[in-house]
Parts: sequence; structure tokens; C-alpha cells
Amino acid sequence: MLDQVKTNLLEIKNLRIEATSYPPGEAPRKVVLVDDVSVSVQQGRVLGLIGESGAGKSTIGLSAMSFARGGARLAGGQILLNGRDIREAGAGELRGLRGREVTYVAQSAAAAFNPAKRLMEQVIETSLHHKLMPRAEAEARAVDLFRKLGLPNPETFGSRYPHQVSGGQLQRAMTAMALCPRPDLVVFDEPTTALDVTTQIDVLVAIKAAIRDTGVAALYITHDLAVVAQVADDILVLRGGKKVEYGTTDQIINSPQQAYTQALVSVRSIDHAEKPDSAPVLSVANITARYKGTNFDVLKNVTVDLSAGQTLAVVGESGSGKSTLARVITGLLPASQGRITFAGRTLSADLASRTKDDLRELQMIYQMADTAMNPRQTVGTIIGRPLEFYFGLKGAAKRARIQELLEEIEMGAGFIDRYPAELSGGQKQRVCIARALAAKPKLIICDEVTSALDPLVADGILKLLLALQEREGVAYLFITHDLATVKAIADKIAVMYRGQVVRYGSKTDVLTPPFDDYTDLLLSSVPEMKLGWLESVLASRKMESGGN
Amino acid sequence: MHPVVKLVTQRLALGLLLMLAVSALIFFGVEALPGDTAQAMLGQSATPEALANLREKMGLNEPVLWRYGHWLYGFLTGDMGVALTNGEDIAKSVGGRLGNTLFLAFWAALISVPLAILLGLLAARYNGRWPDRLISGVTLATISLPEFVAGYLVLYFLAVKLQLFPAMSMVFPGMGVFERLSAIILPVIVLVMVVLAHMMRMTRAAILNVMQSAYIETAELKGLSPLTVIWRHAFPNAIAPVVNVVMLNLAYLVVGVVVVEVVFVYPGMGQYLVDHVTKRDLPVVQACGMIFAAVYIGLNILADVVSILANPRLRHPK
Repeated sequence: MLDQVKTNLLEIKNLRIEATSYPPGEAPRKVVLVDDVSVSVQQGRVLGLIGESGAGKSTIGLSAMSFARGGARLAGGQILLNGRDIREAGAGELRGLRGREVTYVAQSAAAAFNPAKRLMEQVIETSLHHKLMPRAEAEARAVDLFRKLGLPNPETFGSRYPHQVSGGQLQRAMTAMALCPRPDLVVFDEPTTALDVTTQIDVLVAIKAAIRDTGVAALYITHDLAVVAQVADDILVLRGGKKVEYGTTDQIINSPQQAYTQALVSVRSIDHAEKPDSAPVLSVANITARYKGTNFDVLKNVTVDLSAGQTLAVVGESGSGKSTLARVITGLLPASQGRITFAGRTLSADLASRTKDDLRELQMIYQMADTAMNPRQTVGTIIGRPLEFYFGLKGAAKRARIQELLEEIEMGAGFIDRYPAELSGGQKQRVCIARALAAKPKLIICDEVTSALDPLVADGILKLLLALQEREGVAYLFITHDLATVKAIADKIAVMYRGQVVRYGSKTDVLTPPFDDYTDLLLSSVPEMKLGWLESVLASRKMESGGN
Repeated sequence: MHPVVKLVTQRLALGLLLMLAVSALIFFGVEALPGDTAQAMLGQSATPEALANLREKMGLNEPVLWRYGHWLYGFLTGDMGVALTNGEDIAKSVGGRLGNTLFLAFWAALISVPLAILLGLLAARYNGRWPDRLISGVTLATISLPEFVAGYLVLYFLAVKLQLFPAMSMVFPGMGVFERLSAIILPVIVLVMVVLAHMMRMTRAAILNVMQSAYIETAELKGLSPLTVIWRHAFPNAIAPVVNVVMLNLAYLVVGVVVVEVVFVYPGMGQYLVDHVTKRDLPVVQACGMIFAAVYIGLNILADVVSILANPRLRHPK
């Protein structure tokens, strides 16, 4: 037992984290973020923390540095780091251990790097600040880490500013920053979540190799069980701040005990039979488009068809032009060449000269439901607006229709007077769906509508969309970077790469080999829920990622 | 072309254009006033013949655009014309006055700008706690006090009661630098009191805004102390808004200090302008207007340029 304590680098016992929330017009409330969680990490081991947003995984991760965000408090339990309890350590002692014993890799490296400073300055800052090594040695170590992490031109990489390098490179630079001061423990907080799937795999490989080479211990926080299965030795599954299941990666992935873990492991099991083609509702023919003031075509000769009541999934990485395609179809960005036919009529290229019916029959749902709704309007006002605008509904008739729509999105009429702030992420997206449905559209463009949601919530949204399609016969143009979503919902797939459609056809055709190089890279980059997937896919790589 | 060069050139061109517009406004604005310079010089009792003669002599019968061009050209070549009241060369008398004003503004700025930024950093560091409240309270109190009240209070206590400094800030050519400095201490104190709060509040607000960023948390998790985080990571990203307010206040120190100059009998631009407005000395008023406008526009362009240079995205494009 004594031996056990000695080798535990980090031991969290019965941790309890609380915050006080201040709901407007009510008395302050105590909220428990993390309740009675105990874990331990040994030297050189990786512990994965997994759960949905709000599960408390980042909160626990930061507690390893005795840091609590916002108004949160480390209210109870013990956090033993290198044998001493740091939960109630003083500010000076904490400053001494942060950056020296534990370092942190944030989810969005793009936001976590200071835009006003060169990368090298930031990467070696911790080492210099804690006087761990002289500047020359720190710089040499940083360059060495840049090389190990596969960054381009490691010698000069550090002289760049954050905005001068890509997201995937920044994430690796952040890892270098965390490893530079030779910490005992690194907290990785969703380090690959913001990245494209083909970039994610490179970063994942780099992080895994760096952990192995430096022998550092790590907390790896993510909502993606398939990702954590590739890097972690042990996994702690969290929900609502409480432990659900804690075991080795093998146990969690291959024989999960709890129902919640089983749901996580088997998520994205929606089965959707492909619908046959019928009369096309949307035909995009030879579209080429560029943004004003640039001399670069973001879309090149794009041609796709979408039958009534079908789903066309447009997949690709960020920058592949998939959202631009949506902008062209909606008329926000007039195409420079090509023709769009919608419901049997040719759509005029720009928004201003479209008819009210064109506008009504073509609706859109966005990724961030939060910013797509006016926070000062109630759900009823938000959904009622298109009813009034397109159909002239007023008063009781409007209210009745709103309630009907709320029933359709499985939320119930009780939500009619709520404000967006009072809804969960999934509910917000449902309201956006209802708003689009209110116009009785023939086509809804869904732009990454599930990307910001937790897997189980996203599943619910996809099921709802499929049910609505069944009932209303509406067609979807589904823009996403997530291939699991595509498999779940699509009838047809268009794979986009650098503004061109590189592969297009029915779901079965597109997802059946032989693949073109890019589709192969894309498909093989999607993490699979099995151990050793990362290694196996690396062995069979044909094409380098273009995204970073 | 490097984007910074392009942007800075654009700003400078824009400033020149603005200056031209202001010059037109000043010239034609004065032109639109009833009566003209000849009338003003000869007074109410002038005979029509005398007026006509003088107008001929001064070129007032030429087309207005021609006179505007002539005036503008003179201004650009350093010829601002002659004051009506005493026949002095305006350029010469303005030169000395402007020098005095700039001297006062320089020392007020030299003390107030670093002090305001330092206090702003401290207020941000102790946001919501007593040092923040003390700093905000005191600076807001001093800005709320009208300048002349502040001026007389300072006079009463420091000059009359304690007799530390001279009550009159008379300066004259040939005075030594230290004599000058001791003469302007009181107006400098008043000016610092007036401009401090604005810059301090802006620094504080800009820093607190930046403190929400994710990279501040990164810095905290590196184990840096709060002041190091603010100085090294927050302040460089808060420069643009701070510089804009600093420049506005510097412009105020040059063009807006009439009251303070009058209270301390300081021979600067403000008093000079007021004197000549009361005497309807239009060429002097025009000249002062142009100088004030140039200072104002110049400082604001400088603020723009500094903001551009402070942005690493513009300084180091991809």
C-alpha cells in the first residue's frame, strides 16, 4: 500500500467542486460540478477522462493544477500531487507548481496562444520563468520538440506568430509548450476536438509519440471515446460530475458495465436505408464561385443533384468549400458561373432578386444554434416569425401552429414562452429546426448542425431529422465534416476537397472501395472504437493530409 | 506592398484630405460671417470709399476661391498673414505661443500617460477590490471637478496657503528650463487631474476585456504572477484602444486648455485665441483653427498608425 502511494504521481480522492450560480431574479444557488470523484495516475501513464459537455471532465483536469475556472471552488476531497495535497495550497506555492510539475494543453490552441507574441517566446516562457534552464537550452529543447512533433521547419518555426501557422500546427506547438519545461504531468483538454479529422490523426500520433518518448504522465480529456481509446491506458467515464465507470481502456471499450458507457460505445448506430432517386428538387450545375476581392475560386465546377425527400451529405475538411456551396445555393454568394435549378425553376444567383417562394422553400439550419437565435425573443416569437412572414398567420392560429411545431420537434407546447438561454444545446437546435420547418420548405440546408453537440444529443437530432423527412418529405443538404453522421443520415454523398467534388454518388457507392486517394484518407482518419486503430491506420497510409 | 505600408499611407492620405476639408470649413465659415476683414479693421464709422480702397488693397475683391487658394498656399509656406489688431506677423507670434502650449502639454503628458496606464494596470489587477475602487474613485473625482475649480483649489492650497509654487505661470523668452518648469507645476497638476481618469479607465477596461481570453488562462497556468500576466500577456493586446484614448487626451492637452491657461495667466495658444476672438481678429482665428485642427488630426492619425503597428496580424502577414 505504501508502495502504491509512492508511485502515484497524481491521486485525487473524493474530489468535490462547487460553483455558485446567480440566476436572474432568484437567490444564488450552489451548483455541484464534480461530486466524489477519485482517480489516480502513475508515472508515465495516461488517464482518459471522458464524458459529455457538463460532465466535469475539464473541471477535474484543471483541478490537477488546483485551478478552478470562473467562480468554481475546489470544495472538498484531496488532490495529491507528488504526495502533497495541493487543494488548499497558497497562491505562491501554486504558481511554483503550475508550469513546473503540471502543464496544460487547451482545446483551442488558436485561442490559447497570445496573438501578440512569437511562438518561441511563449513555448519557452515557462522554462525561463521557473528558471528550469537557460534560454539557449530552452530554445534548443523547443526546436527539438518541434521536430519530434513533426512541425515544418523546426529551426525557424518558433519565430512565427500564432496567426501565421495552421490550427493543427498550433495544437502541436501547444503540446511542445506543455512538454518544454519537463513536467511530471500534462493535462490535455480536448486537444484534437477543434481539428479536421485528417489533421486530428496527425496530432494524435504526435501527442502519443511525445508522451511515449518523454515518459510524462497525462490526463487526456475528450468527449470522443474512439479518440481516447487510442492514447489512454485507463479511462474514467463521467456524467453530470459523477463517476460512471473507471477501468482500463480495454475494459471500458470491450466490456463496458454501465448502461451509459455502453450507449457511448455504441453511439452512431442509426440505421438508415438509402432512398431511391426521384425527381430532383435541387440541381447544382457547374457552379464556380469566388469571394469578392480575391482571385481564387473557392468552388470549381461543382455539380450535384438532390432528389425530393432525400439527403445529400456534403463532406470535407474546413476550407474544402462545403459551406461556400451552401452560401451559393442560398444566394448569399452569387456564383460566377453555373446554374442552380430548384423545384423546377432556375434560381437567380443573388438573394435580392429571388421570389418569396424561393426564400420560403429553401431554409437553413446552422451549426451554432446559440447565435442563430435572438436571445431576447421567446421560442414562440422565433418560430412564429416565418409563420407570419410567409403565411400571414396571426393570433390564435399562429400560436396553435407554433404549438404543433413544438410537438413535432418533440419538445411540447410548454416551451413556447421560454427564452433561448433557458434551453439546452440540443433543445436550441430543435427550435432552429422548427423555425425552418415553419416555412414548409422543400429543402433544408443543414450546416454542421450536430457538430457542436454531444454525441448522444446529436444522435437525437439526427433521428428527429430523419423522422421529419419521413413525415414532411423535405430534402436535406447536409453539410458536415463528420463521417459517422454521414453514414447515419445520407442517401447520397458528395466528397469535397479544395473546392471540387472529388467523389459523388449514392451512399453505398461512395463508401465502397475502390476509393480515390482523398476519400481513402478521409475515411481512414475517422477514429474507430477499437484499441490499436491508430497504429493500424498509420501503417496503411497512402496520402498525406492536406489540411494542415 | 507590405500591408502595413499600404495602411499607413492610406491613413496619411486620409489625414491630408481631412485637413483640406477642415481648412475649407475654417476659411468659408469665417467668410460667411457678416462683414469682412476691411469692415472689421476700419470699424462701424468707415466711409464707403475707405472700405473700397482697403478691400482693393487687401485683395478682398478677388473671387473667393482664389482667395482661399492664396490663403492656403500662404499657410503651407509659413505665411499666415498679419494680425489686424496689432499688425504683427501671425506666424511669429503664434510660434512662441504654440511653443509654450506644447511645453505645458508635453510635461502634462509625460506625467499623466505613464501614471494613467500604471494605475489602469493596477486597477485591473485588483479588479473590484479596494485598490481598484480607490483609484477609480479618486480619478473620477478629479475629472468631475471643473478645470477652473480644480485650478483655483490648487492655487489656494499650494500657492497661497503653503506657498510652494508661484501662483502665476508667467513664462517669457530667455527663461531657463528649470525656471519654466517651476512656473508650470500648478497648471501641469491640474491638467494631469483632468486627463488621468479617462486614460486610466480605458486602460482598465481594455485590460479586463483581454483578461477574458483563453491565452490569459494559459499564462496563469504557466505559474506567472498576476502582474506579469497583465503586463506581458494582456497589455500588448490592449494597446490599440488605449492608444486611441491617450491620443484624444494629448490632443485635448494642446487644443482644450484655454480655461487652465487663463486661470494661471499662462501665455499659450488658448489665451491667444480667446483674446483675438473677442477682438474679431479673423486672420488670427483662422490660423489658430488650422493649427488646432492639424494637431487633432495629426494625433489621431498617429493613434491609428500605432494601432496598426501594434497588430501582429498586420505587421507579420501570413
